[in-house]
Amino acid sequence: MVPRRGQGHHHFMSHRNFIWICLLPLVVVTAAFFLLPMAQLLAVGAGGSRGVSAYLAIITEPRYRATLINTVVLAAATTIATLVIATIAGLFLQRHRFPGRAVLIAMLTFPLAFPGVVVGFLIILLAGRQGLIGAITAAVTGEKVVFAYSIFGLFLGYLYFSIPRVILTVMAAVQKLDIGLEEAARSLGASPWAVQRDVVLPALGPAFVASGAIAFATAMGAFGTAFTLATNIDVLPMLIYTEFTLAANFAISAALSIGLGVIAWAILALARSMSGGAVAAAG
Amino acid sequence: MSGIAGHGAAVHIENCGKTFPDGTQALAPASLDIVSGETLVLLGPSGCGKTTMLRIIAGLETPDAGGRVLFDRTDMTAVPIEQRHVGMVFQSYALFPNMTVAENIGYGLKIRGVDKAARAARVAEMVALTNIGGLENRRIDQLSGGQRQRVALARAVAVRPRVLLLDEPLTALDASLRDRLRSELNSLLRSLGITAIYVTHDQAEAMELGDRIVVMRKGAIAQIGTPREIYFAPQNRFVAEFVGAANIVEGPVSGGRLTLPGGWLALNDAADNAAAVAMIRPETIGIVAEADAFLRGMVESVAFIGDRQRLVVTGAANKPLTVDAPNTINVRAGERVGLSVTPQAVRVLPKED
Amino acid sequence: MRDRLIFAGQLGFTLLVAAFLVVPVVLSISAGVTVNYFRGIQSGVTLQWVVQVWNLYAGEIGLSFLIAFATLAVTLIVGVPAAYGLHVKGGRLSRVIEEIITLPLAIPGLAIALALLLTYGGFGGFRQSWLFILTGHVVFTMPFMVRSVMAVFASVDIKTLDEGAASLGASPWTRFCNVIVPNAMPGILAGSLMVVTLSLGEFNLTWMLHTPLTKTLPVGLADSYASMRLEVASAYTLIFFIMIVPLLVAMQMFAEKGEKK
Repeated sequence: MVPRRGQGHHHFMSHRNFIWICLLPLVVVTAAFFLLPMAQLLAVGAGGSRGVSAYLAIITEPRYRATLINTVVLAAATTIATLVIATIAGLFLQRHRFPGRAVLIAMLTFPLAFPGVVVGFLIILLAGRQGLIGAITAAVTGEKVVFAYSIFGLFLGYLYFSIPRVILTVMAAVQKLDIGLEEAARSLGASPWAVQRDVVLPALGPAFVASGAIAFATAMGAFGTAFTLATNIDVLPMLIYTEFTLAANFAISAALSIGLGVIAWAILALARSMSGGAVAAAG
Repeated sequence: MSGIAGHGAAVHIENCGKTFPDGTQALAPASLDIVSGETLVLLGPSGCGKTTMLRIIAGLETPDAGGRVLFDRTDMTAVPIEQRHVGMVFQSYALFPNMTVAENIGYGLKIRGVDKAARAARVAEMVALTNIGGLENRRIDQLSGGQRQRVALARAVAVRPRVLLLDEPLTALDASLRDRLRSELNSLLRSLGITAIYVTHDQAEAMELGDRIVVMRKGAIAQIGTPREIYFAPQNRFVAEFVGAANIVEGPVSGGRLTLPGGWLALNDAADNAAAVAMIRPETIGIVAEADAFLRGMVESVAFIGDRQRLVVTGAANKPLTVDAPNTINVRAGERVGLSVTPQAVRVLPKED
Repeated sequence: MRDRLIFAGQLGFTLLVAAFLVVPVVLSISAGVTVNYFRGIQSGVTLQWVVQVWNLYAGEIGLSFLIAFATLAVTLIVGVPAAYGLHVKGGRLSRVIEEIITLPLAIPGLAIALALLLTYGGFGGFRQSWLFILTGHVVFTMPFMVRSVMAVFASVDIKTLDEGAASLGASPWTRFCNVIVPNAMPGILAGSLMVVTLSLGEFNLTWMLHTPLTKTLPVGLADSYASMRLEVASAYTLIFFIMIVPLLVAMQMFAEKGEKK
């Protein structure tokens, strides 16, 4: 029997202590396997022959800078293309009901959690030496088109990776749109295009910012796809990987990966402050 | 009876204040005594500190240093809620969605190690008491609002708590259901004879349920008293206006008379005062022929409400007076009337800044 | 008329996008069961490549499941109580902790892997065991579990339920078992699916952290893409799809159920 009066209470754990015990394992795991390693990464980055200036090498060293620009341009192109594609498809799917719609949505979203390596392989099957596009072009024009290992192949890979999750975000945002706003605009005489331009797209702004930032940050750091396709292309993740494993240049690879992390994090933080929602990159 | 009735503890609250970490004072240090078996209502507008007071008694908040909570003279201040042996009905009911109705009601007994048979018997008793027979195996999301309220009450009472704490238990219900459950709750509390502390912002609830009412305002106690005392003898303007409708009139007092623009009112032993403030309840003002009255005015409007009619009379006091007249008398807007008010019905309020 | 044209145009475009996503998967599946992909499907259908993959990579596949379920166990034991603690505690400290554990979603896996290597790479026994990969997976998947559970807490007013149980005499631990966990179940299940799916497919961290003796399924995939004939690589991908697609479907169903509520 629980003691009726208060004397027994000190045998029990207070709620406050219980909450601390709940949090403790997470704090320990995060400190040991995330914060401490990240601090070590920071220290190693500054501990090479360049010292702290290693952190500037990503901008000052022409080779690294070229790679950075390459990566940013590629990520930006991926983001814009994904947003355009996902908006058209997402608006269409959320605004129309037709037979087969559910199947179509499933087809567009099931590659959501494919790892980058698998996406890379799928691009090889599409545009590689034994790829479908090569076979078709060879049959039609007599010339086999192969671009899986070019920057365009990588672009397609990133696109493949980003489209499902951006479509999901756009569809969710469209669902939340107040149809009354569109009807009001039409009652005021706006044409369908004007309604899209003046009402729908502005209302989707936060969703664009959020999902665009995720697509951008993910493309910046995507390693799996690049690892499969980008044997000859300079993108930041591949540069870091080769500096680390082949050149054993720990300080530079640490500094570069910190730079990459900061860029990805900053983009997401900026987007989050603009859109007010939760924004996170995906592996 | 195997004791549906709990044993009510006397609750003593001493200097309990609450300052939140951000520096806002939700409750100024206050003391309060609740007699065993009494139903005490904490009444006030939102943000007045009534819920904070209740949560301090429950053990969900710790009072600022110096505050103490005693149950039957035992200091409970440092005892967490789970060992205070209270019963609590939450505004949102806090019924566990993962348990059936019967499991919810029996949960406190299960925690106390009561065996299955005794638990089932007590649950059945509670189900009968709160009129929810047939719902025992329902899930919470299959219940209506009123049913949830009853389950929450049954669950809190099942453990025979020393103190039953109710935090706005009827607020989430619609008006007609609220009225019905209010009288049910009233007879239940009377029959249980349990010590109950009831938080509400609804003065009708407070009047019907409370043995005594604590009116609170801005984190402090404005008045403690029986419903009649609170209603007829408010100690300040806030209580007068918060509980029921009130006419507040101002004028000079001399020789036991309060002089107003439309005449004067007789007072019970009031000291002379150049600028007195007094309260008159609308239903205590009688409509009489102009010639028979010492206070006169003109009917500005008449609103027929059914059980009575509400008149607004101008010219009598410094402000229009609200008068609740019987629905049988015949007055029209624009008519001049006399007003009769007994000295007992005029309550002189202390001067406030 | 114009409306129908617009509809047809949008439908065509959407179908094209779907084809871009689906056709390569179909190619991969068919390549995995074709005798000779270069000659096409008329060369015959076979399971020999799948069997060959199984013989070559069963160890990798097994290790992936071991790591996925170990990751799940750790994220459950550590993440669920933490989600409760963060929700109930609230305040600035909780927000900071939540922010920090969410960082691995923003920082590329490559950077986290390098950090782990540079910090613990010297501890030979640890470095060479699968536990090293486990730490990476735990860091990467933890936010999904914690946030998924916290999302449920935000929607069921867990704080009042907790107080309700406390008012009935239940100790913090009893409340946690009887009230908190059962009511967090939808979030725990959604988080679990997410954690297992992500762990099974994780490559970015794992490629850096693995050793020749601790290869996982995706590491094996990358191996096969680089060194095996297309049919074998496709068969391996097919096996991966068979494992991951049911999880994805379950996750999708969960998301839809959650939306309806």
